[in-house]
Amino acid sequence: MEKNIALELKNITKTFGSVVANKNISLQVRKGEILSILGENGSGKTTLMNMVSGIYFPDSGQIFADGKEIVIASPKDAFNHKIGMIHQHFKLVDVFSAAENIVLGLADEKKFDMPAYVEKIKEITEQYGFELDPHKKIYEMSVSEKQTVEIIKVLFRGADILILDEPTAVLTPQETVKLFKVLRNMRDAGKAIIIITHKLHEVLSLSDNVAVLRKGEYVGTVKTAETNESELTEMMVGKKVSLNIERSEPTNCEDRLIVENIKCVNRDGIKLLDNVSFEARSGEILGIAGIAGSGQRELLEAIAGLQHLDGGSVFYNNPETGEKENLRDKTPLEIRQMGVRLAFVPEDRLGMGLVGNMDIIDNMMLRSYKKGKSMFLQRKSPKTLAEKIIESLEVVTPSATTPVRRLSGGNVQKILVGREIASSPTVLMAAYPVRGLDINSSYTIYNLLNEQKQKGAAVIFVGEDLDVLIELCDRIMVIGSGRITGIVDGRNTTKEEIGILMTKSAEDKGDEQ
Amino acid sequence: MIITIIQRAVMQGTPLLLGSTGEILTEKSGHLNLGIPGIMYVGAISGVAGSFLYENSLANPAAINPFLAVFIPLICSLLGSVLMGLIYCFLTVTLRANQNVTGLALTTFGIGIGNFFGGSLIKLVNLDVPSIALSTTSTIFKTPLPFADKLGWFGDIFLSYGFLVYVAIIVAILSSFILNKTRTGLHLRAVGESPETADAAGINVTKYKYLSTCIGSAIAGLGGLYYVMDYANGVWSNNGFGDRGWLSIALVIFSVWRPSVSILGSILFGFLYVIPTYIPNISVSAKKLFEMLPYVVTIIVLIITSMRNKKENQPPAALGLPYFREER
Repeated sequence: MEKNIALELKNITKTFGSVVANKNISLQVRKGEILSILGENGSGKTTLMNMVSGIYFPDSGQIFADGKEIVIASPKDAFNHKIGMIHQHFKLVDVFSAAENIVLGLADEKKFDMPAYVEKIKEITEQYGFELDPHKKIYEMSVSEKQTVEIIKVLFRGADILILDEPTAVLTPQETVKLFKVLRNMRDAGKAIIIITHKLHEVLSLSDNVAVLRKGEYVGTVKTAETNESELTEMMVGKKVSLNIERSEPTNCEDRLIVENIKCVNRDGIKLLDNVSFEARSGEILGIAGIAGSGQRELLEAIAGLQHLDGGSVFYNNPETGEKENLRDKTPLEIRQMGVRLAFVPEDRLGMGLVGNMDIIDNMMLRSYKKGKSMFLQRKSPKTLAEKIIESLEVVTPSATTPVRRLSGGNVQKILVGREIASSPTVLMAAYPVRGLDINSSYTIYNLLNEQKQKGAAVIFVGEDLDVLIELCDRIMVIGSGRITGIVDGRNTTKEEIGILMTKSAEDKGDEQ
Repeated sequence: MIITIIQRAVMQGTPLLLGSTGEILTEKSGHLNLGIPGIMYVGAISGVAGSFLYENSLANPAAINPFLAVFIPLICSLLGSVLMGLIYCFLTVTLRANQNVTGLALTTFGIGIGNFFGGSLIKLVNLDVPSIALSTTSTIFKTPLPFADKLGWFGDIFLSYGFLVYVAIIVAILSSFILNKTRTGLHLRAVGESPETADAAGINVTKYKYLSTCIGSAIAGLGGLYYVMDYANGVWSNNGFGDRGWLSIALVIFSVWRPSVSILGSILFGFLYVIPTYIPNISVSAKKLFEMLPYVVTIIVLIITSMRNKKENQPPAALGLPYFREER
């Protein structure tokens, strides 16, 4: 049995600056076995596998292949040890055919003989049951076909150990079923397969063993046959940690934002938002939990007027006029002109939120320049606002005229949040507002959100840390693969409950097949 | 007269063909080299300088060695243009400077170099006319293929040119073959389309960029050499090369990045260039309108290819973008 070990990692550690991405991780995968690596976002799954595929180099620890210790310093080394990784973002040349992409970079001595390569590709597709036309151009392909090209590319180079990073994240349920069939065929042919995932039902239906990582640490490996969802969830999310975030009782609650059955489909026909309905109430913080990329971004952008919707409506209950207005398919400017005071703290601070090369005052003006009456800029009131934010939020900056990009992440976020709440919003949406922030800055942001809640704003908070969500939010809505899988009360829910909801929706979809 | 027009069109088109083939190879690696006009100038003046020194070292022009008379300017021209290519590569590949700015600077620089050394040589000969004539060398460059004068119109149209015309066509066909049928070509195209993909596949992106740019510059430089030695009968005069460098770049777009199409395109451009001379009683302003035609045709091609939006007819996807490996 032990002789069958295809790949073994021993005490692998990797740090990026002061962040420990992987800490003393050891695991094994055997030939003819599918191993799932399970963990939340940021648990270090991809980092670990990038070290095996030669993109990063471990700080310490050993890697063994076929019982011998190996050094993997580049993707080429990984190939030489028959390790191939299929990344989440495909690396393919659009105008090339599938076959051209597959043979790209191949440095064998033989003559460049395209027909022979095509024959070999066809052999591989038949052997494992892929569906692929080697002459089809990449730009004409669906995401799933592109993934097939990536897998064959790796097999073509003779890989015996395949690593797939979130292979089903971009696939429709039908395509997922096909992929799993192919993966099982490869396993039966004696390949060792590692899939990185956070979807519990996939783990249970596909893999032989599951290794769980949590916050960069190795939790353990269990046999799939001997485990169940709740055990895996607990391993994945861990025990609750107390943070002591203040939470006041919601007051004067009324429905401020009513989202009804909104739908959003991307170009590949994948449903990013699928019949999403909920209400955000004034004087309350609504948390949104979910695996990254489950539709949180699209949801917030749909409300802010930045995302085209394929169905449904977004109603705003105006507290001043008492009227109910539909915000769907309105531009942000139109929304503002309707008298809706909507504040949006986007995920991408220096991309969508602020302009890095402009100073703090000018960034304040991005929100207010339309108020100017003359043709010249009026810097006085934005300057006052900038100084007020710097003082009240304790922004560390040389002056109000410092370009925003020179400030640290926490200070940038304070400026962005400060600007957004300065308009005394009735709806405040914040996506991952504490990502990358130190503890003190994080608490400042929590306090600001609480303050807005007490002032009667409807606050929507998208977060990734379940402990924070549970302590900060009044209600927590869980989104999974573009669907709302549940809305729970923040005061009496558990991490396990949310964890199971987070991974639930895709499972339901799978059952529909 | 038709035969003469065809001959003139081919001769007029040859520098454009060499320039555009060189530029296509460079652009396929993702580098928009707007220095091509300057590089062609340098290719021309280096060849002229080499040839000038060789001719003047001889006591009697009749005693010229035909091999050396071709070999010396050829090598000088190649060295000059490759050096220009290296400057461009160092700036844009290694230092990742802006390609457009670097290219335009090289064009200004190359034209300056050409006119400076051209002017110096003209001073050396102390003639009344502001040009140098290398007629002996030019005669050798212009030697047509054998039997050209014995096969009637066939010989006139196909065999009557100096060897560089055939070199230009062979280089274009060869480039086309390498780009589309060989592993090297596949790798080169991958570098221009998506350097990060090529890098991940183990292709040395920097090496391909340097090689294709330098080889492309060398080919383009030959276009300059051909112009002086063959087309202009060995007469160098400052700014004589005109806007042919820009026409070469327009030809790249016209031929939708295909060297084989460029062969026909160059003859068409050459035709449009010479046709006003053969129209009787043409006014100066009408002549200028004709000179404009190649650019108009290029714009029309751009409009058509953009409207049809066929992926194969678009420029290489990473054209003009610097590649940072760290960003993957």
